[in-house]
Amino acid sequence: MSRIRTRLILIGLLIAGSIFMLFPRDTIERVKRGEGFAYDTVRRVPLKLGLDLQGGMYLALEVDESKQAVADKSDALERALKVVRTRIDQFGVSEPIVQKVGSDRLTVELPGIDDPQRATDVVEKQAFLQFQIVDESEALNRSLARIDQILRDLRVEAGTTASDDTAKRPTSTLTQLLTKADSAKGDSARSDSAVTPTTGGPFSRRVQVGQIPGEYFVATRDVPVLEQYLAIEQVRNALPPGKEVLWSGDTTSLGGQAFRAFYVVDSRPIITGEYLQDARPNQSPIDGTIVEFQLNNEGGRQFRRETGRHIQDYMAIVLDDRVMGRPPVIQGAIGTRGQITMGQGRDLREAQDLALVLRAGSLPVPLKIAEIRNIGASLGEDSIRQGLSAGALGVALVILIMLVYYRFSGFLAVCGLAFYSLTTLAILAAFQATLTLPGLAGFVLSIGMAVDANFLIFERIREELERGKTIRTAVNEGFDRAWSAIVDTHVTTALTAAILYQFGTGPVRGFAVALLAGLAASMVSAIFVVRTLFMLWLDRNKTTEALSI
Amino acid sequence: MLRILHDTHIDFIRLWKWAAGLMGVFIVPALVLIPLLGFNYSIEFTGGTALRLKFKQAPNLADVRATLSERGVSGAEILSFGGPDELIVRAQQSEQIAAQEAGATTVVNQIRAALDARFGPDSYEVLGTDAVSPRIGSELRGQATIALLIAFALTLIYLAWRFEWRFSVAAVLATVHDIIATLAFMKYMNLEISVFVVGAILTVIGYSMNDKVVVFDRVRENLKSAKKESLYELLNRSVNETLPRTVMTGSTTLACLLALLIFGGEVIRPFAWIMTFGIVIGTFSSIYVAAPILLWIERKFPRGEGGKTHISASQARAEPKAERKERPSPALR
Repeated sequence: MSRIRTRLILIGLLIAGSIFMLFPRDTIERVKRGEGFAYDTVRRVPLKLGLDLQGGMYLALEVDESKQAVADKSDALERALKVVRTRIDQFGVSEPIVQKVGSDRLTVELPGIDDPQRATDVVEKQAFLQFQIVDESEALNRSLARIDQILRDLRVEAGTTASDDTAKRPTSTLTQLLTKADSAKGDSARSDSAVTPTTGGPFSRRVQVGQIPGEYFVATRDVPVLEQYLAIEQVRNALPPGKEVLWSGDTTSLGGQAFRAFYVVDSRPIITGEYLQDARPNQSPIDGTIVEFQLNNEGGRQFRRETGRHIQDYMAIVLDDRVMGRPPVIQGAIGTRGQITMGQGRDLREAQDLALVLRAGSLPVPLKIAEIRNIGASLGEDSIRQGLSAGALGVALVILIMLVYYRFSGFLAVCGLAFYSLTTLAILAAFQATLTLPGLAGFVLSIGMAVDANFLIFERIREELERGKTIRTAVNEGFDRAWSAIVDTHVTTALTAAILYQFGTGPVRGFAVALLAGLAASMVSAIFVVRTLFMLWLDRNKTTEALSI
Repeated sequence: MLRILHDTHIDFIRLWKWAAGLMGVFIVPALVLIPLLGFNYSIEFTGGTALRLKFKQAPNLADVRATLSERGVSGAEILSFGGPDELIVRAQQSEQIAAQEAGATTVVNQIRAALDARFGPDSYEVLGTDAVSPRIGSELRGQATIALLIAFALTLIYLAWRFEWRFSVAAVLATVHDIIATLAFMKYMNLEISVFVVGAILTVIGYSMNDKVVVFDRVRENLKSAKKESLYELLNRSVNETLPRTVMTGSTTLACLLALLIFGGEVIRPFAWIMTFGIVIGTFSSIYVAAPILLWIERKFPRGEGGKTHISASQARAEPKAERKERPSPALR
């Protein structure tokens, strides 16, 4: 009995774990709203849908060498990756994926984008690098009160006389965001001593003054709210004149909490990337890790004049409207050759990254689209509907076959199948796999594979019963003898699925992942769950003479 | 207790010549056709462009075709699907593929420009775009071939390790037979080879191996229990014993595939067709092909006396013709 209890507890834990994995939860993600995209809190089942189900675009990009050969292809690809990533980030796609594939290709996945023209623009636009002086006068601090007041007014009158910009947004989501951010503020104030929180209204209490003038930190969970605020026209008008707000390209961790910085910078750049000739990371015995860069003569003259005027100010390095890295301080007038000191003991990777940013802005990489696949959202909806009907029919047929052919034992197997379906989906969610149309096909198909294990066991039990064994012995023998066949069949199929995963592209991979998850769940379901159910039944009916199989 | 094919004693192996004849009739024409005509490859493998369009008003197909060839996209295939207002335009001619060397969107833009000029830019919307440059296509062909070969090699090694080399060679040969038959089926059905279809073929391989493993697992088990029977009888007994499971699994999987065929939609359908055929042929070959091949291998390369099994070389060589005289028909004992 205790053995059965242990097994039941284990099964209970597995089911609870699976339900937990699949339970709808709040995530902040960019969602489509009207014309644009905005961050919002979404409550949903944590299973991602692939491009073919939700609509979207897949791009493969190659370095275009038709006009001129590219000398260092590997570096060119790195630069292109940097540029495309930065740019796509601003594109406002919910979950973009940009990665390097092989030695000469980038792949980009843009869920929810259905206009190839926009994608082409992203690729063909040249990278834009500028150096901008960070506002040393801390002008934003003086505007905070006014911005707060504007926001308070808007919030009170939300939905009635709000500006066009805010009227597009449903009021409920805005207030929902505000209340959520309220609770977030509580723990950020408690846990964080590295930055001083400014007190006050909806805008200022989310903003914390950074270590250098013009630098402000925002807890990452507040970033969506602030982005919304900064998009409101009245707020933009209230910003200090001649300045603009630029977000940092990455997040920093302060006091155990993730922050994203924004910088208030002069709108006018002191120099742009076209004058830059090269940039390389280096190690210097005196300064530690550095990035050396070189400007052409014209750029050098302009840079010397501007840096001379801004000694002790901070200079933001801005690639496609994102501030890359922490702005360095200008220590003196700089001509054609300069160096950015990362500091002693700093990671060489940081320097490599910064040098990459500088080169990306100075040596643009011509890219061409090698492959484009675009699935409209309506096609995606069709696919989901078809997949669900196919799945429902498949499952119904399998249940019917099991119940008619194996009666009570079939019912136990169907319980096992329910467990199997739940765990398969949970495994997919746990590994953050994306559910694609081929994935759904793989899922439907692996149901067939899962019942195969049950057939093996049940047929074996029947054989043993025929040889005149008692029910208990027959059940045990059935499971024990079918074991080797079940393992071998699952491993051979898993091998094929693994190869599919290794060599396949997008759609085939989705199929392979669903199949692998299904195989794992099916093993557990057939040889553990269904067996436990049998044990439980035998335990309850000790004197039984007949087994309905 | 509902039972099908219970306690059968069918002499399957004796029927191998019939099976071979049947498969020969099915496969040989394809072996002639495939080298002559080749397969149709989807644009993922060749490069090219496919657009799915939805028009506000159903256009005349001939009009669309004429418009496109006037504007330099000649020979494009234009099909309607779903309804008269939905079209697929597929440009897979070598000149268009070559044009996409410069950028995959070249032909997409040509097609859209032509349609914009003739019907107006607001008269249709693009539901889906697929455009692939030729280089990516040829890479993919290489990858698919490698994937198939590695799948074989790995399964061969695994089975050789779990069973014995004779079993694994027999299982792989039987699976090769299934693949050739599936390719023949694809040729007859005029299905084009896409990434999806390669996935289906790989799954058929997995399923077919699966089936052979179950039968051979029983052979392995029966070999351990020393019974006075020839290998010929033992193989037949093993196939018969696993027959209910083979048929049940086959039919359940077919039921799932039927669901995919009916409701899965256009994208899934070729996949479902190939899987359906593959399951049928895989089940068939587990019964009629794998066991006879194993018997043949055992005769060609008999086990040594000190082998793991109780089958001696002389038993393995037992002459089936003699048995045939004893049991003239595949009778139920």
